[in-house]
Amino acid sequence: MKEDRPSPGELARFIRHEARLIDEKRLDEWLALFAEDGHYWVPATPGQPDALGHNSLAYEDTLLLKLRIERLKSPRAYSQRPPSRCLHVLQEPDFEALDYERGEFVTRTPFLYTETRGDESQRYAATAWHTLAWSDERLRIRLKRVELLNCDAALPSIQLFL
Amino acid sequence: MRTVSKYRNHPGALGALVEADRVHRDVYTDPEIFQLEMERLWSRAWVYAGHASQVPNEGDYLTLDIAAQPLLMLRHTDGSIRVLVNRCAHKGTKLVGDPAGNAGKTLRCPYHAWTYRLDGSILNIPLQQGYDGTRLAETDACRGLAAVKHVEVYRGFVFVRLCAEGASFQDYFGGSLSSIDNLADRAPQGELEIAGGCLRFLHNCNWKMFVENLNDTMHPMIAHASSAGTAKKLWEGQPADAPKPMAIEQIAPFASDYKFFDDMGVRVYPHGHSFSGVNFSIHSSYAALGDYEALMQQAYGEERARQILGTVRHNTVYYPSLTIKGAIQSIRVARPLAADRTLIESWTFRLKGAPEVLLERTVTYNRLINSPMSIVGHDDLHCYRAIQEGLAGEGNEWVSLHRNFDSGEAAALEQRRELTCNGTSDASMRNQFRAWRELMLAA
Repeated sequence: MKEDRPSPGELARFIRHEARLIDEKRLDEWLALFAEDGHYWVPATPGQPDALGHNSLAYEDTLLLKLRIERLKSPRAYSQRPPSRCLHVLQEPDFEALDYERGEFVTRTPFLYTETRGDESQRYAATAWHTLAWSDERLRIRLKRVELLNCDAALPSIQLFL
Repeated sequence: MRTVSKYRNHPGALGALVEADRVHRDVYTDPEIFQLEMERLWSRAWVYAGHASQVPNEGDYLTLDIAAQPLLMLRHTDGSIRVLVNRCAHKGTKLVGDPAGNAGKTLRCPYHAWTYRLDGSILNIPLQQGYDGTRLAETDACRGLAAVKHVEVYRGFVFVRLCAEGASFQDYFGGSLSSIDNLADRAPQGELEIAGGCLRFLHNCNWKMFVENLNDTMHPMIAHASSAGTAKKLWEGQPADAPKPMAIEQIAPFASDYKFFDDMGVRVYPHGHSFSGVNFSIHSSYAALGDYEALMQQAYGEERARQILGTVRHNTVYYPSLTIKGAIQSIRVARPLAADRTLIESWTFRLKGAPEVLLERTVTYNRLINSPMSIVGHDDLHCYRAIQEGLAGEGNEWVSLHRNFDSGEAAALEQRRELTCNGTSDASMRNQFRAWRELMLAA
């Protein structure tokens, strides 16, 4: 019988699964992990307090994520010929806040990210902060905030998902 | 290997790279041309340094490179904005490394503590008597930090001309300054403030491809079919009265058709400047925000407010460095790094006295279009890079600028000081290269 709340092991599995779906380009499945009001956020400045009054590298609701995913499928996405590939190498997540009453969990996961395209390869170090919501016996992403270590550097095109 | 100079001492060869309706590929790919562009074009032109609101207080500074020179823009104790060469007079140490900060009342070299006032003059040299009787006093060193003499602040926009000789600021920009006016006038208080940080997008292409693209209206419906076209499609199923998210409102118009962009119109000015969106632009159909229009009417009166908000230009190019979008309050600054490397910095403004949601719209646009993670940006940069690689191909050494060419246009512009053309004309690119040739060949 399924528990009515996620175990730490289950949270960690979810984080690994989330990264794996990106790496395997199962992006429709990845998008389905997000809550309806979920966001994917990559700030442009260390310690950036908000996404609305400050420039971010990305701040996307599910509609914009859907747009990004649909674009990647388009034969006219010329910047994806050849296509990019990526790999996340994750550290074991820390559990920053486990609020069983509200069903909200915050995890912190340092990771290394590589994105390649043709002969070019980019490598980044980053920390993912997931805010996960538990309802209907499943986890959903309310917010995935990716703090790129060099977020304020001059960066080339990053085309997939950190 | 010894490199043979093809252009430095050969004005004939250099001038022959630009014809009235086409340019030679070397202008984009040749490292010697890039070097000459830094020494000549980028030193002789009025180049954007930064915005006055970035250095509001005495001692505030920002660092930047123009024409491959390290510079320091700072607020002097007398309230004026100074631009100094960021190089210690002693041994050449770059004095300040932070992108921005406050220097207090003096600048001090981290190596041997030579200390300067904020106008660059020397305040103190440790153990100064050691220089007694030497030739130091006869050299540039004793004059302190080199100051850029030609600095102009226009509605908060700080421009510099590094060369002693050249066109005056007003002559150089002429009527094109109306786009900066429109941007600043959009603030109920008539003033702008840089807000929300900066997006720094590294382009592995020549700077001119980026600058040309801003008034190239034959590419959006093709290059952005995958991003804007998909956005349009995603929204198609929605009921007509469904509130359109800002993001869709901003991305979808990039997929407008040829007629739309042609009817937009483009206007060119002497010295390479231009803007598209003479009649309307992709920003014309944005929804009204909060009580912004009411605040504008209060500030300017109904008619003048309508005039300001009815001027909805697309991109204005202040050749060669600055491109602005008045209607969305964002600017993009080209910082060339090499023949095939350019940093594009995108900044956003708060309109003083406007509701904060205006900044939100600006920031949303900047993120969607100008971020290194922007899908629209990915489309564009892919094309620039593809040109950079494609130009190596033999069989055709020229890049075409023929669209709607009129052999009388240069003379007409000279006479009338502005020229308005159909939006899909290559007129803005031909205009940029006339300025390029002029700045590269000037004595």
